[in-house]
Amino acid sequence: MRLLEYQAKSLFADYGIPIPKGLTSIDIEQGRKDAAVLGFPFVIKAQMAVGGRGKAGAIQKCQNADEFELKYPDIMQKVVKGEKTKAILLEKMADIKKELYLSLFLNRGKRCYTIIASAEGGVEIESVKNQIIHEVGLGNVDAKTAEEVGKQMGLKDKALTQFIDILQKLAKITVEKEAELAEINPLAILGDDSVVALDGKVIIDDNAMFRHDELRKFQEVSELEERAEKSGFSLVELDGNIAVVGNGAGLVMSTLDMLSDNGGKPACFLDVGGGATTETVYEALTLISKMKKVKGILVNLYGGIVKTTTVAMAFIKAYEDKVIDLPVFARMSGAEADKSKELLKGSRTKMFDTIEEAINAAVIEMNKNG
Amino acid sequence: MVDLYEILIGKEGDKDYQKKSVIVQGITGKFGAFHTQQMLAYGTNIVAGVTPGKGGQKLEEVPIYETMNEAVGATGAKISIIFVPAKFFLSAAKDALEAGIKLLIAIPEHVPVKDALVIVELAKKKDAIVIGPNTPGIIIPGIMKIGIMPASPFKPGRIAVISRSGTLMYESSHNLSVANFGQSICLGIGGDPINGTPLIEAFDTIRNSANIDGVIVVGEIGGDAEEMLAQHIIDTKFDKPVVAYIAGRAAPKEKRMGHAGAIVYGNYGSAESKVSMYTKANVPVAKRPAEIPMLLAGKLGKGRIK
Repeated sequence: MRLLEYQAKSLFADYGIPIPKGLTSIDIEQGRKDAAVLGFPFVIKAQMAVGGRGKAGAIQKCQNADEFELKYPDIMQKVVKGEKTKAILLEKMADIKKELYLSLFLNRGKRCYTIIASAEGGVEIESVKNQIIHEVGLGNVDAKTAEEVGKQMGLKDKALTQFIDILQKLAKITVEKEAELAEINPLAILGDDSVVALDGKVIIDDNAMFRHDELRKFQEVSELEERAEKSGFSLVELDGNIAVVGNGAGLVMSTLDMLSDNGGKPACFLDVGGGATTETVYEALTLISKMKKVKGILVNLYGGIVKTTTVAMAFIKAYEDKVIDLPVFARMSGAEADKSKELLKGSRTKMFDTIEEAINAAVIEMNKNG
Repeated sequence: MVDLYEILIGKEGDKDYQKKSVIVQGITGKFGAFHTQQMLAYGTNIVAGVTPGKGGQKLEEVPIYETMNEAVGATGAKISIIFVPAKFFLSAAKDALEAGIKLLIAIPEHVPVKDALVIVELAKKKDAIVIGPNTPGIIIPGIMKIGIMPASPFKPGRIAVISRSGTLMYESSHNLSVANFGQSICLGIGGDPINGTPLIEAFDTIRNSANIDGVIVVGEIGGDAEEMLAQHIIDTKFDKPVVAYIAGRAAPKEKRMGHAGAIVYGNYGSAESKVSMYTKANVPVAKRPAEIPMLLAGKLGKGRIK
């Protein structure tokens, strides 16, 4: 789960990492009240789970009430890389002397947490120069390590003391909240040499959420995603018109690739999990029926242990119950494939021996319908 | 260098050659019980199960114990497979390693990263191998399987398959079997960000096996395991044919595609990055699973092996 900037900053504040004064709203009426409390000038920042907001105009300075009336609605309806504005943070401007980069992240290759710090922050991590990298095991950072990193960045006196404190607190957040990433970029040194987190990005390990009820309030899932999660499915909604369903994340990704290679446009990624039963496939079809943009369904099931007839029953039941009225292009491997074909004869579900054939048929059918 | 094949099979002449003892943790759950039956049917020598509160009972003639200490004490087994829910994985895996298990197959999906890291550390201390979590397990076709894979896609032979994905391991092996490339060992390393045995190490545990003519590496987007493996293949001058596959080319960035580990940040973890490193290592990358046997045939045909 990726926290929005204001959510990450609320964690920072809880742990005593300095942040600028700011207020978050989701409509302009509340925004006006926030503006009155803060006083002009300030920065209007779109809250969305994506980088590159500044370049896209989703972060803008605001000098007075006239500007506010123009910019607030403009930023509210911004879409950057497909991500919509979820809320708006109004934040006091800081007197920035220098911008630093600081993060702790789960280093998959080394299988440990790693600090990345740089005295040249404020740009995306790929462009951050002179990176200082420290491996820190399970994520705890002692004062000595923090001091070493700060000194390597060329920090001194008050700024160094504050940096050490911030790095240790960021590490505490990482460990206690089970974050895969906790990033402050930029971490700014202000005119008076105090150090402040101007932005925040925190990604929490979804699999650890069962231990973090206190973070549930930040969780934002669509109704469909919530239903999918309840059934143990993984669902990612996409822009196209062919729903892609299968068992196993790798297999569904692979199907998505092949469909795209053939000019098809996936409407979603839906992994029903390792096994497949009549119930899970029926529930998957029910979920898909709720997606208006879907015009066809591509199914790729590697049965093996599962009998394909078990799965075929789900399609038959879904048509009978009028859950779906869409063409289905299915490849199912496993026992009793011939029997399944027989069962589905005359229905809108077409069975294919290979996934390549199923994809071809699906793409042709979608093109026919424009 | 560890030879995973030998750990699983033993040496010819060993009393337990091809019959290494295996313990099932979480044997009485629906999933554990079903796969215990499947593994027994395939020939795996399951000697004990563990479920707290069910000690003294039996499942398919397999005696059940309260703790791993008891089960290991009674059987001397060094291999275990875990089926417990993700929340209980940490304690089950600790019990296994503390009891002296040397090869641990961790099936559960949704294990928190922190718990996986703790087990990785403990396994290092105990000199044990952990495969997974979120793995389908290991199969040596025709001899034994310690995992949840169906038997049908696999056929005995001389190709090794290492995979980050379960169903893609079945799919790739099925394609190989149809093309008459049987497999000596197929191993799932797991779809999580933290693997008990990362791709490179998995590769190293089988590379020296005398039973292997070539290796198939089934990967997916996320992390840099494939990039590191490609560099490793170059550095160590591995000279048997390697063919790769990568799922997730069409996936959007910053979206988790089912597997906890399948997510791209910027260029980190992207399919392009992986393909370009594989190309440097002279490892062809299949566009789809069905292409794997053709690419392998091409590599084998170039006279790189007898």
